[in-house]
Amino acid sequence: MERTGEAEEITVRGIVQGVGFRPFVWRLARRFGLAGSVSNTGDAVRIHIRGPVEARAAFVAALVAEAPPLARVEQVTRVPAAPVEGAEFHIAESGLGTVSVGIVPDLATCPACRSEIADPKARRFRYAFTNCTDCGPRFSIVEGLPYDRPRTTMRAFALCPDCRREYDDPADRRFHAQPIACPTCGPRLRFGAFEGDAALAAAASALKAGAILAVKGIGGFHIACDATSEAVVAELRRRKQRPAKPLAVMVADLAAARALAEVSALEAEALSDPSAPIVLLRRHLDGPLAPSVAPGQSHVGLMLTYTPLHHLLLASVGGPLVMTSANRANAPQVFRDEEAEAALAGIVDGLLTHDRPIARRLEDGVVRIAAGGVRVMRRGRGQAPRALDWPADFEGAPPILALGSDLKSAACLSHGRKALLTHHLGDLDTPAVEDEFARALADMADVFAHHPEAVAVDLHPGYRATQFGTALAVERGLPLLAIPHHHAHIAATLAENGWPRLGGPVVGLALDGLGLGDDGTLWGAEVLVCDYRESRRIARLVPIPLAGGDVASREPWRVLLAHLDTAVGEDGFPADLLDGKPLATVRAMIAKGLNAPLASSAGRLFDAMAALLGLAPDRLSFEGEAAMALEACAGDIMAAPYPMAVREADGLMELDPAPLWRTALADRAAGVPAPAMAARFHAGVAAAFADLAAWVAEGHGLSTVALSGGVFQNARLLEDVAARLSAHGLAVLLPAEVPANDGGLAFGQAAIAAARLMASEGR
Amino acid sequence: LAHGGGGTAMRDLIEDVFLETFSGAGHAAPEDQARFDLSALAAQGDRLAFTTDAFVVDPLFFPGGDIGKLAVCGTINDLAVGGARPVALSCAVIIEEGLPLETLRAVVASMARTAAEAGVVIVTGDTKVVARGACDKLFLTTTGIGVVRTGLDVGIAKGRPGDVVLVNGLLGDHGAAILNARGDLALETPIESDCAPLHDLVATLIAAAPGIRMMRDATRGGVAAVLNELAEASGVGVRIRETDVPLRPEVNGFCEILGLDPLYLANEGKLVAVVPPEEAEAALAAVRAHLLGREAAIIGRLAAERPGRVVMETRFGGERIVDMLVGDQLPRIC
Ligand SMILES: [Fe+3]
Ligand SMILES: [Mg+2]
Ligand SMILES: [Zn+2]
Ligand SMILES: [Zn+2]
Repeated sequence: MERTGEAEEITVRGIVQGVGFRPFVWRLARRFGLAGSVSNTGDAVRIHIRGPVEARAAFVAALVAEAPPLARVEQVTRVPAAPVEGAEFHIAESGLGTVSVGIVPDLATCPACRSEIADPKARRFRYAFTNCTDCGPRFSIVEGLPYDRPRTTMRAFALCPDCRREYDDPADRRFHAQPIACPTCGPRLRFGAFEGDAALAAAASALKAGAILAVKGIGGFHIACDATSEAVVAELRRRKQRPAKPLAVMVADLAAARALAEVSALEAEALSDPSAPIVLLRRHLDGPLAPSVAPGQSHVGLMLTYTPLHHLLLASVGGPLVMTSANRANAPQVFRDEEAEAALAGIVDGLLTHDRPIARRLEDGVVRIAAGGVRVMRRGRGQAPRALDWPADFEGAPPILALGSDLKSAACLSHGRKALLTHHLGDLDTPAVEDEFARALADMADVFAHHPEAVAVDLHPGYRATQFGTALAVERGLPLLAIPHHHAHIAATLAENGWPRLGGPVVGLALDGLGLGDDGTLWGAEVLVCDYRESRRIARLVPIPLAGGDVASREPWRVLLAHLDTAVGEDGFPADLLDGKPLATVRAMIAKGLNAPLASSAGRLFDAMAALLGLAPDRLSFEGEAAMALEACAGDIMAAPYPMAVREADGLMELDPAPLWRTALADRAAGVPAPAMAARFHAGVAAAFADLAAWVAEGHGLSTVALSGGVFQNARLLEDVAARLSAHGLAVLLPAEVPANDGGLAFGQAAIAAARLMASEGR
Repeated sequence: LAHGGGGTAMRDLIEDVFLETFSGAGHAAPEDQARFDLSALAAQGDRLAFTTDAFVVDPLFFPGGDIGKLAVCGTINDLAVGGARPVALSCAVIIEEGLPLETLRAVVASMARTAAEAGVVIVTGDTKVVARGACDKLFLTTTGIGVVRTGLDVGIAKGRPGDVVLVNGLLGDHGAAILNARGDLALETPIESDCAPLHDLVATLIAAAPGIRMMRDATRGGVAAVLNELAEASGVGVRIRETDVPLRPEVNGFCEILGLDPLYLANEGKLVAVVPPEEAEAALAAVRAHLLGREAAIIGRLAAERPGRVVMETRFGGERIVDMLVGDQLPRIC
């Protein structure tokens, strides 16, 4: 190649590290006959090329058009540069001390690797740790940056000559694939006394024989067992002391998924995504799944095999496997080898494990399809740490750390338009989750070189996340912004949907469990008029007392009692309802105000209805149990909405559910079946809140309604409310990648903090 | 009782109540202050302990006690857990106009009885009657002095990893009794306050465990508050086991209905003690042999891990953070 043409320097930003971007550049440069080099720098890829102007232009066009599937090119800048020496194009090693915003999530095994492990002639035939630049572990093995093997949990495995050759060859699919491994040099399976393929075979036959095993995955250990055997699944529930919470099931492919549940085109796409989430699907009630997998549920959470280990295991077992997080009751998922054996003793019959350490716990993500789109319910493996973009006028916002809530805790690190919502870290009630939370923050700050200039927390002083953030702000001398819970929920939906920072107010409809409002009382069913900076409550559900505080959220009968007493009084209370419950005591608590705070909670309204229909146990064994049972009960039935009344009180509009309860009690007395009542309830709540939100929109001259809050995980409700608002001619913004529950709270907190700080600087 | 600008008849009346009840306390002339012989005090130890506490409780009389007994025991206990032998108390009384004289008499009699049984004298006091609404029925403030045993040095910052945490009995009785009395909660089993003076028990404990590190009476905020202060001040982690925490079944049931955590309920006759591991057995045996410690239990240990944190191993084998309450206990579940 002769030395001709001008040189230039090209900077590519986006997700361009850990996705095979440099070899891709290398191949392009060769194709267009360009000399120069490519390197990872800080948060970008820098390319130095020399060649004819047309070739360089074609190169840049291809850079964008043909980028690797997992890359995301966001910005390409070109500046003239000093001439390049030499005629070759080469890949420069990453320099130390550079930091990337481009760490990618863990990726499901790609088709090429899948065929390789199925090919008896291939070097990696039946090798459980096969991966390439298009697939395999990423975030779960990263210990530091830049993303290179010595800073991953693969550092202990020295490359064999064959792997080294592939790693060094820019033309190879495994060029600079950091987790590259083969049976000679890579991680090994172990199951009792068995190793490698023998371990896999032994574990598979144990599972077939009805064993309950721990299986080490990408972001933690799972507990696996035959999902079609009622006896085995019931035994797992007994050992885990987990009576009712649905268990996720792993299947080998879409066909296997379709044998268990209805799978729409969108759902098939979600299942097959490289993030391989658990997707909630309508189960076939006459299908082969053991009833205990998801007792009383219309839906079941399925995921496809996403590692070579899973592919091989499922193929050997030949049927679906329960794949639930390995933990003891109330404890987070186990991910450290040294803890696994002790923590799972008495629960599993054996461990199918291996010697590649997991750097951080990453639980499986959970999504469902509702209102025509993917709704993330739990952000987890495969989704984190993908940064999301805020609207353009957030450009230049200072770096902010937002700490979210205590339940489904997740933090958000933002800088300018980029907002990184961490994966689901768990409930901040146990020291192990608290450790993970602190570690995730340190981790993220490190990996993303994030130095916050402000800290955002929830207004609730009792949240550990709030206390953590407050201490951090004090320690570093940073401004602390305490954000009302539901303003944050709505702001999360705004920011995710690209609503401009200076786009003016919208109507926010927050249907949620409980959160602290700006008047110091508990909110959870509110219509707000808000932008990013300010929020004003216009309407709410009539508050009712929660006798026992948090216990009322676990025991729906208490809330039913409070709702019915408020609606129809003690005299109207059906004599056959809540038999054997200490009603007098709870009524006395409410009368005397003993641990019975008032709350306008939509979540508790659903709980109460579930209790009325006998769908809620005395004490819930997991959060959302009652609400999920109510949604399942309603099914697809269309029914006339239960009525709700609107009235004005204390300058607020209040939705009064008393007519709803009176009608429901009449239905109950008349023997109307539970599914019809559940359907009427859903329709009633949807109609009342949609009409109220539309009325608020009209009164304030607004045309957009943003929805959020954990209650909107109910697909039937979400779809009904969205349809009714659309029918009012309103634009509707829905939560999608950011969970509607508290797992998305930090995202909204950060946006509010950023908007307020920018406003205070006159921007 | 009527309030008035020092109407002598009324003041005489009140002073009658106190003087006749506290007579024989050894103060001959009604001076404005009590006077102590320093050499006699010095013979009992090497430091003077001095403490004060204000008592407001609704209702004034509750199962197992009343505000008067509470005011005497509370201050005795504050002295005792510092390793002091209580010597004398003072008492200031604020009375809301209209409080029946019989009520006052009953409270004062209870104070006198409690003090006498404890072997502690109430040597001085003051009373004021204020207008209706300016206070709620009756407020008491007691102040006490005591003498700290020579060489004994207990303190909240003295916990060390490996040390053993014990309590002298069933927890939460006082808090549950008060709430129950206040709420008219239609519960079948009455719960009595544990209100009691602990200085004699403390003497027994110190004799059995001379290396004792710390004692605290677990009043407001309960055992959880004491353990959190201990963890913070000593820079240690505190690990307790739910199954080892002594609870009356009635209190447990009460807490379940009310949605309260018994670890945060107030006690008025319970202390938390931290002793070195080698003295733990002797300490437990000694406390259990005492009338006020029959249900004593070792509930946990101090650890080097997680300094500042109190962690409870739950009955299901999990772990739960037990932290300080911030303000009112608002629900956290979203
Ligand atoms: Fe929430
Ligand atoms: Mg005190
Ligand atoms: Zn691959
Ligand atoms: Zn190799």
